[in-house]
Parts: sequence; structure tokens; C-alpha cells
Amino acid sequence: MSVLVNKDTRLLVQGLTGSSGTFHSRQCQEYGTNLVAGVVPKKGGQTWEEGVSPVPVFDTVAEAREQTGANATAIYVPARFAGAGIIEAIEAGMELIIAITEGIPVKDMMAVKAAMKGKPVTLIGPNCPGIITPGECKIGIMPGYIHRPGKIGIISRSGTLTYEAVWQTTAAGLGQSTCIGIGGDPIHGMTHQEAAQLFTEDDDTDAFILIGEIGGTEEEEAAAWIKENCDKPVAAFVAGTTAPPGRTMGHAGAIVSGGKGTAAAKIEAFREAGIAVAETPAEMGATLIKQLS
Amino acid sequence: MNIHEYQGHELFRKFGVAVPASVAVTTPAEAEKAAASLEGERFVVKAQIHAGGRGKGTFANGFQGGVHLVSSPAEAGEMAARMLGETLVTHQTGPEGKQVNTILVGEAVDIDREFYFAVLMDRDGECPVIVASPEGGMDIEAVAEETPEKIFREFIDPTAGELSTEQAAKLAADLGFSESETAGAIELFQKVFKLWYDCDCSMVEINPLVVTRDGGVMALDAKFGFDGNALFRHPDIAALRDESEEDPREVEASRYDLNYIGLDGNIACMVNGAGLAMSTMDIIKHYGGDPANFLDVGGGADETQVENAFRILVSDPNVEAILVNIFGGIMKCDVIAQGILNAAKNLSLEVPLVVRLEGTNVAEGKELLENSGLAIITASDLGDAAQKAVAAAKDAA
Repeated sequence: MSVLVNKDTRLLVQGLTGSSGTFHSRQCQEYGTNLVAGVVPKKGGQTWEEGVSPVPVFDTVAEAREQTGANATAIYVPARFAGAGIIEAIEAGMELIIAITEGIPVKDMMAVKAAMKGKPVTLIGPNCPGIITPGECKIGIMPGYIHRPGKIGIISRSGTLTYEAVWQTTAAGLGQSTCIGIGGDPIHGMTHQEAAQLFTEDDDTDAFILIGEIGGTEEEEAAAWIKENCDKPVAAFVAGTTAPPGRTMGHAGAIVSGGKGTAAAKIEAFREAGIAVAETPAEMGATLIKQLS
Repeated sequence: MNIHEYQGHELFRKFGVAVPASVAVTTPAEAEKAAASLEGERFVVKAQIHAGGRGKGTFANGFQGGVHLVSSPAEAGEMAARMLGETLVTHQTGPEGKQVNTILVGEAVDIDREFYFAVLMDRDGECPVIVASPEGGMDIEAVAEETPEKIFREFIDPTAGELSTEQAAKLAADLGFSESETAGAIELFQKVFKLWYDCDCSMVEINPLVVTRDGGVMALDAKFGFDGNALFRHPDIAALRDESEEDPREVEASRYDLNYIGLDGNIACMVNGAGLAMSTMDIIKHYGGDPANFLDVGGGADETQVENAFRILVSDPNVEAILVNIFGGIMKCDVIAQGILNAAKNLSLEVPLVVRLEGTNVAEGKELLENSGLAIITASDLGDAAQKAVAAAKDAA
């Protein structure tokens, strides 16, 4: 059954008519995702016809949700407005929000997290590739064709590094249950631990791969949780062993500061929790396969 | 993005945060005039560079110290003359040092006590946090290590936009400010927080924050960090950037929207995606090589950006091999291949080039490279690519 998204997901896209929104939404429709609405302020009433099938556009998330029964939203809105877009979705009662946008100011994300308190909403991202349940639903920018339906869960802060893990597992004859890109920002939604919990509780996931990187302490928290609560085989990889301290390595959240957030500490935490850590990014699939046997 | 001390003073003044009177100058004559314009009889003359440790630093011309206390305007001018245009080496600049183009002339402050005061973003708490200590003028990490009870923290409501008087008063009490000093402390704390919040700072670190002999509270030296994602809404702050203080390769890369960080090794990397780019550096190291840089060309890079990226990579004289690792999702491998070929031809590439492509249109991309007639080493997987790059760099050395 996988986690969070499947063939019953009804997707609305905020920022549908922008170039990014259009390009990726067409690809998602081609993959088979059920795209039911677009939300673009001042374009309500129009029809988006640049994909596989026409999609109605609304001015607000609330209207779109009411009219179409959308139960997930993907946000491609530009960074300067994306924080407000996420808050609009929260206030409209959306329960699953996938924020693809990179570059949202930290202050805006602090406001988003405050707006989420006490609400039954799951936020994935921002600055993430999205989420895919192979064969059923693709929400985001990942190349669909490298995935295949299967039983391996993948949780990652990265985009292309995730595709490497997907490719390695697909090539080995395994497939993925769901791949969740939690994104590269320091203040964000779903954490490694929360995703690990979903996979632990999912009957259709037999094992999962955690891909982390320098910055913050979420990998360590996930490791501690897994040690206490998860019996499934888990493999991990942490990027940034060679990153110089104090520099932001591409992702806003990928920084070693004040000696904290090092790759070494995360790798140690994973090993301590009985999680097999791949020595190189080329061995993520192989490391998991070894755990399965 | 770093800013100079004198720019920090201006920013503080804009928000009403008390700082010593000071003037930024670029000639010895201006330095003398500036000192004459200030009150009092003693002045500090400080070299302006983006690095700490200036007081203990040495100039390339032999002159000692980037921070001097003088007792006349004429002396201020003399000090400035010995520093301007010269290269200052401190324990934070690296042996090549930094050229001093601006001097800050300020009133000398009679310090009674020194404190540490910083506003940061607490990642775990997802809110601002103030970290403060009565142990000012010291390395705060040493204080945290040796006397953690001397570090005080106040977490702030992320949507409040201001530091409450209640929390500010608590901090003042924790830090041991006297009754007569408390009002000044509260005011400064609140104004610093407002600056942090309104300017979308990642960090404002004041060390030391001082109480002067006549009971005034002011910020003496500060470091600022700004949220790069928010600079679009602070053009006045973005304008403070001093490109001459940055690695020229990084400055060049930023012109093309390329995410580039220069390192010291000899194997250049070009990768799409930050996580994959970090991993590529890691795997090169794993096989015994030394990465020359981090470079993320991003998901939308086109032929021109690929060529510009190449140009920056080969402009680094340390580079003895190049590794291109692209997993094309949105990026198509044949577009990348064409960009690589253009670059190799136009730049008369002389160092060995290892290319590993995977993803969309990979077969077409590989074919283009193989039929190009150029000596490009292709690799099938990441491990293979890294090993080939390390071997190529070893041969070239």
C-alpha cells in the first residue's frame, strides 16, 4: 500500500501555470498521477491544457479543494511567495503538502511551522524533489522511469543522490514502495525519523534506505528511534564527509557549524543503532541488499 | 555573505544599537581628519578585512598588528598609512592574507566589563535563540566547554518579531547587569533582536558587548550572517558584499548562478545536485584523491552554464583532472555531453576528463562523447568514475 501517496491521491498544484509547475505537472500526469486542479491567483476559471488532460484552475486552495476533493498539494510557487502558499494550504485544510520550491527564507519557514501546530497536516520539503509511489503516483521532479514498484522505502534530503539509490536498487531487481524526498532546508516538514516511522509501520515496505548529509541532528534522532522501534533491515549513506566546516554546501541546511552536524557523528549514530552504512554513494543498493540476506 | 566591521557599525546605527563613534576611511589623510572629528583623545585604528584575529596579525611588509590604539589624529594618519594597501595575515586569513583597503577609525572606549551576546536560529527548536554570557571577549566555545553554567539561552517565539521586555530583563539579570545598567542593556538587546529579525539574519554575534566605565552599554565588535535565501528582499544588505574578499572562482561562479566552493585539491568536479556533489567529493577522497571544489550545476543547467562551469574549473591552476558526474533526470545527458564537448574544444582542455553520465538520454550522450575524437574517459558507475579520476590525476602529477 506504500505511504502517503497512491493511485487514489487527488493532486492540486499551486503554481501550475508557471514554467516549472507546467513542465513537472505534465510529467506527473504522464506517469499516471491524478491531477485534479491548479491554483494560481487571478487565473481562476481558466483551464490548463499543457498536459495529458485538461485541468481546471482556481484562485485559491480552499476553492480548489472544495470543488475537486483534492487531498494533496504540490507547491511550485517562486520562493518569495512560497511560504505564504504553504500557509494558505494549511489554512484551507490540506492534509498533505509537498513543497518543491528551493530558496524559501528561513523566517518564512519558521512562520509555516508555527502555522502547522495543532493541525493534522503533513508537510514534505521544502527544497525537495517530492514523493513517489512507483506505478501509482508521482508528485515532484524525479524521473519516473528509474523507479519500479517494490518493497524498499527510501528517505532522503537530496534529489539526484536519491536517484542513484533508486537506480541501484532497481538495477538489482528490487523496487521501491515509496521514495520520500524530505529536502535540503534547515527548517522543514517531515523528518528522517517521521518517515522511518511510516516505513516501519507500512506492511508493504520490507526495508528502507536513509540518505542524510551534514547539518542538524535529524539523522541522529532517526537512528535513536530506529534502534528502539524498528526491526526491519535499514541501510544508510551520509554525504559530506569531506565538506569543509562553516560552508553551506548547496543545500541551505547542509552546513557543519560550531562542530555540530558532521557526517562522522551521523555515521556513528547510524552504526550504533545497527544500521548498515554504505562506505561510498556507489554502494547504497549493495549495502541494503546485504542486510536483506 | 560576510560584511566589514564598519558596515556592521552602520547597520547597528540604523537600528539604534549603541556602538562606538567611528568613521570608515580609505586614505591616511582621511584617517587623520576622522580622528580629529571624534571626541576624546584616544582612538582605535582598525584594518577592515573579513577575518578575525586582526589585533595579533602581521602585515606582509613586517608591520605588526591590524588594530592600534593611538593618542592623536596625526598618529591615526600614520597608522593608516602603514596599513592601507598592505596585506594583513592573521590566523584566520590563511598564509596569503588579505589586502586592507579600508580603515575604521573609532573612539577608544573605556571598558569596564565584557559580555558575549548572540542571536541565532535554533534549528531544533525552529525558533530564534539568544545565547549570552558574562564571559565576553573570549572564545565562546571554550566557555561552553569549561563553564557551561555561564552560558544563558532564551528561546524566542518565532512569530513575535521582537524580544519581549520580560525576556530581555531576565537576560540582563542572568548576565549580572546592575540596576543602573539594566535599562541600557534591555534596550540594546531588543534593538539587536529587531535587527536580526527584520534583516533576515542567520546570526548576529556581539563579542564583546561592553559596559563602559560611565555605565553605558554598547556593541564593540560583531559578526553578522545573513540568510542567503532572503537577500532578494534586502537589496541594501546585498549591496554590502565585498567581492574582493571572496575567492575569485566563487565570485565568477555566482555570476552564472553556479553553486561553487573552492577547495585545495587537484580533481575538479562538476555534478548536478548538492547531495550528489558532496558525495562525489567524498568518493574521490575515498579512493585516495583530493577534490579541488564543490560544484552543483543544478537541475536546470543548459549548455552555456556547463561551458561556463568548465571555464571556472580549468581556471584553477591546481586542477590536474576533471570529473563530471551527472545523473540526468530533467537534465538530458546528450545536452550535457554537447556542453562538455563545446567546452573542451573552446577551452583547449589539457587535463584528463572523466565523464560519468546516467539517466535521461544516456545512450545518446555517451555516443556523442565517444564519437567526438576527444580523449574523454567515460565511466559507467560512480565508483569506476572516481577511481579513473584519481588515477588520471596521479599520472598527471
